[in-house]
Amino acid sequence: MKELLEVLEHNSRISVSELASMFQKSEYEIEKEIERLEREKIILSYGALINWERFGNDTVTAIIEINLTPQREVGFDAIAERIYRFDEVKTVYLMSGNFDLLVIIEGKSLKDVANFVATRLSTIDGITQTRSHFILKPYKKDGIIINDEEKDRRLVVSP
Amino acid sequence: MSWNDKLSNSVQSIAPSGIRKFFDIAAQMKDVISLGVGEPDFVTPWTIRESCVYGLERGYTSYTANRGMPELRAEIANHFKKRHNLNYDSDKEILVTVGVSEAMDLAIRAVINPGDEILIPEPCYVSYQACTILAGGVPVAVPAKIENEFRITPEELEPYLTPKTKVLLIGYPNNPTGAIMERDDLLKIADFAEKHDLIVISDEIYGDLTYNGVHECFAALPNMKDRTILLNGFSKAYAMTGWRIGYALGNSDFIGAMTKIHQYTMLCAPITAQMGAIEALRRGEKYMKKMVAEYDRRRKLIYDGFKQMGLDSFEPRGAFYIFPNITSTGFTSEEFAEKLIMAEHVALVPGTAFGKSGTGHVRCSYATSIEKISEALNRIQHFLTKNKNH
Repeated sequence: MKELLEVLEHNSRISVSELASMFQKSEYEIEKEIERLEREKIILSYGALINWERFGNDTVTAIIEINLTPQREVGFDAIAERIYRFDEVKTVYLMSGNFDLLVIIEGKSLKDVANFVATRLSTIDGITQTRSHFILKPYKKDGIIINDEEKDRRLVVSP
Repeated sequence: MSWNDKLSNSVQSIAPSGIRKFFDIAAQMKDVISLGVGEPDFVTPWTIRESCVYGLERGYTSYTANRGMPELRAEIANHFKKRHNLNYDSDKEILVTVGVSEAMDLAIRAVINPGDEILIPEPCYVSYQACTILAGGVPVAVPAKIENEFRITPEELEPYLTPKTKVLLIGYPNNPTGAIMERDDLLKIADFAEKHDLIVISDEIYGDLTYNGVHECFAALPNMKDRTILLNGFSKAYAMTGWRIGYALGNSDFIGAMTKIHQYTMLCAPITAQMGAIEALRRGEKYMKKMVAEYDRRRKLIYDGFKQMGLDSFEPRGAFYIFPNITSTGFTSEEFAEKLIMAEHVALVPGTAFGKSGTGHVRCSYATSIEKISEALNRIQHFLTKNKNH
């Protein structure tokens, strides 16, 4: 049920009764469907998209480009796994182009992240090169504009 | 000294819009949830806004051809060919206007002589009667019935026919009821129009907002293209209300006559809005469809909400309105709307603003977020419980 997923992706706090009305199904049917989607790992987790900067958290985020030598049998997967198991690593993608893995890392400070890259990532066997880019300011994340000033400018009542 | 008696008779004879009062009350409240808004809550899709900005940067600031930019007329012709297999000549049969509102005014003025009558199914949009009167015509309201889901039939129209009847003005999907007309319903109306040789003005501004089915374009019915003045625009489907851009399609005589009025009164639609409209037709459809899907979910939510409250309502199939019957509360439409906004800070519009046959109903717009619709439904439920023994 693609439409149900689209609604949940945008607002995971929507109530089962609202969903039941919107999809003209019973609450039981909606609950069962969501359970199934969770069981089949189509829905992976429910989170909130938070503007940490506004909250006052000064974390540092870096995007790391990694080149590596693929290994026999497992290709890039084994090294990717060694990387994504770290808590500090938020995102890992296998890429086409000039580098192989794109890794997004969060840390407390610039030094913290640099240290992690130098001591934990670069030292992994098979990694030949890393390039770190630190994020200065987020404008849009996962389809949401971070500081959206657009608001409802309509008249309260109109024909 | 009052200058009132110096005003024209036609202006004096039209009543100010019944919506104003609720606007004034609502505007003073902070936490008001408005179900009273007749326009999308979405902002125009960015690609359309961006193309307009680009046009301004390149210096598109001049008049355009009276009929509208040739590129826009070509896109409109192309759209109707693709969607409804209708062939309109983009040089002679298409006029770009300042919203459907202007197109409506032009269409009526182009065909009405003093005393000519226009059949107007009610409830309907507020401007139909006013435009008719300002043109010297006589609006003849034909009440549509809730038993029939506010669709209109030839049997209902027939008794209102006179030798002076010249035009049938229909607006489906309908504001304020959310009613649509299916193909079979329209075919009967088409027969009726042909039998009595009526011009049909069809306001299809909500056409793209049709749920559980496709919109039937009146002009696309057999033999109807020639006698129909088809009005549509970008306001509702593309969330472009403030741009003021619409169009009229019809035979070259009708469109030529309308263009004559348009060139002396309006000259042309704003060029920036025309640039946006071109982009809407070229690349806007996917954004439009996303908005329509969202309206559809809200529609089901609000319909379910009223059903559970026990307020009688048929399932609306078009536009973004639901038109519940509130007579069971013992209030009139105006009382209901006024007490609800005072007690619960929910704004909606009494059905009587859209004609006498709206009596006992209120119009609720679901062009607002799911969260707000849910909260408004809770407040209305609370209001009903408190006033149960009214």
